[in-house]
Amino acid sequence: MSEPDVLFDLVQISFRYGSELILDSVSLKVHRGDFLALLGPNGSGKSTLIRIMLGLQKPDTGLIRIMGRNLSDFTAWDRVGYVPQKVTDLDPLFPASVKEVVAMGILPHKSWPRFLSPGDDSVIDEALDLMEMRRYKNRRIWALSGGQQQRVFIARALASQPEVLVLDEPTAGVDGATQERFYDMLENINREKGVTMILVTHDIGVVTKHVNKVACLNQRLIFHGSHDDFCESDQAITLFGPESHLICHRH
Amino acid sequence: MEILHFSFMQRAIAAGLLVAIACSALGVFLVLRRDAMLGHGLAHVTFGGVALGLLLGVSPLMTSLVVAVLAALLLLKLREVAGLHGDTAIGIVSSVGFAMGIVIASISGSFSIELFSYLFGNILAIGPGEVWTSAILATAVMFTVILNYNDLVAITFDRELAKTSGVPVSRLDFILAVLSAVTVVLAMKVVGLLLVAALIVIPAATALQVAASFRMAIAWSCAVGTFSVLGGLLASYYLDIPSAGSIVLLEAVLFAAVWAAARFLKKGG
Repeated sequence: MSEPDVLFDLVQISFRYGSELILDSVSLKVHRGDFLALLGPNGSGKSTLIRIMLGLQKPDTGLIRIMGRNLSDFTAWDRVGYVPQKVTDLDPLFPASVKEVVAMGILPHKSWPRFLSPGDDSVIDEALDLMEMRRYKNRRIWALSGGQQQRVFIARALASQPEVLVLDEPTAGVDGATQERFYDMLENINREKGVTMILVTHDIGVVTKHVNKVACLNQRLIFHGSHDDFCESDQAITLFGPESHLICHRH
Repeated sequence: MEILHFSFMQRAIAAGLLVAIACSALGVFLVLRRDAMLGHGLAHVTFGGVALGLLLGVSPLMTSLVVAVLAALLLLKLREVAGLHGDTAIGIVSSVGFAMGIVIASISGSFSIELFSYLFGNILAIGPGEVWTSAILATAVMFTVILNYNDLVAITFDRELAKTSGVPVSRLDFILAVLSAVTVVLAMKVVGLLLVAALIVIPAATALQVAASFRMAIAWSCAVGTFSVLGGLLASYYLDIPSAGSIVLLEAVLFAAVWAAARFLKKGG
């Protein structure tokens, strides 16, 4: 039986890359409305877990259920938005405008042959407004800074009006002040639009001010619970050192 | 214009323009997917298909079409299942196809001159039937691109992102592989198998220097491709030089000019 408010249900996921164990029997549930930070040091298997959750990589063992369906039977990808880690590796030759990139979030959910309709412009504008990027609508995507590109990709994911947004290290290479504004935006979308967030990061400092759930990964899932419980836990000290209590303090 | 009075030239222009449009449009997707050498690899395999057709006494166009499509699908599988890099898979399949062509040509020993016309192209020798075949195939390629345009743009931009958005990535890979094979076969009479890749890659690479959007990139690519075919045919007629060489060299000159102009404008402004 699947619980209706469980969006992702991972059961005993294990994955090896060659002889190296990347994920060891990881079980994790993500509930509707969560703003979950998936924390862990570099190489802890965070990105691999996300890729497995989204069907981009197959686990060696384990079961994945999305919104009550087995991954292999799941087709409602319009309900899941994904912002990958590597968006800053854009090909400068790719001739896409910001508007075209955001439109890519809408088009897969139309029936074939897929073309934009006049009403889609307002959906694109709304998604860009949420990310404060509307004024760049007609710019070429690669002409924007890393942080701006990241926001365009989130707008792309939001344009499909997803129930859950999965973000893999979204602020890599972005300066501290921009990171702060960025996480504020995500928190607003989580609270006001009810979009469940799964945020992969190794940066505990900024994230813990915004999230309500924390999952800690280091090959195995070593903690999964509320933000406050995490800050009180021994695992926080083990992973991030004695200053974790200071970092965890909400301002 | 005197040149247009000759029926062989009318056929050459008609077939050349159709092929140029199909190659140039498809080229934008292949270049941006870093699959630019796919055309080159499939052309080598097609040589084996042509040799097989000549050996069996059936239309080389048909046998090469079948062989090229099968090779394109084999390339896909080698990447997916065997986990080979794209260029490695192309290197293996193209070499095997070309080697098959050499062996078949050697066994029969009687058709090397005709085989050479496929290697180096002979657009001026295109017959009325081949023009019609080119028209049908080029129209099929363009319709398929138009109907799948937004999906093809999505998988070209980012395969994984497209997959997690619900775009049928595997089906589109299949479509793109088949389109590439058909286009290579279409282009072999125009510039020859050894220069097919140029018709696919150079107009697209030129367009990408200046295009502001994906649609404009395809429009510019088609403009460069058709202009080069027309200009190359004119140069071939008036300067008495091989048409395939003149078409490709004109494309290369256009690419160099556009590349230099784009760099100059970027520095200036």
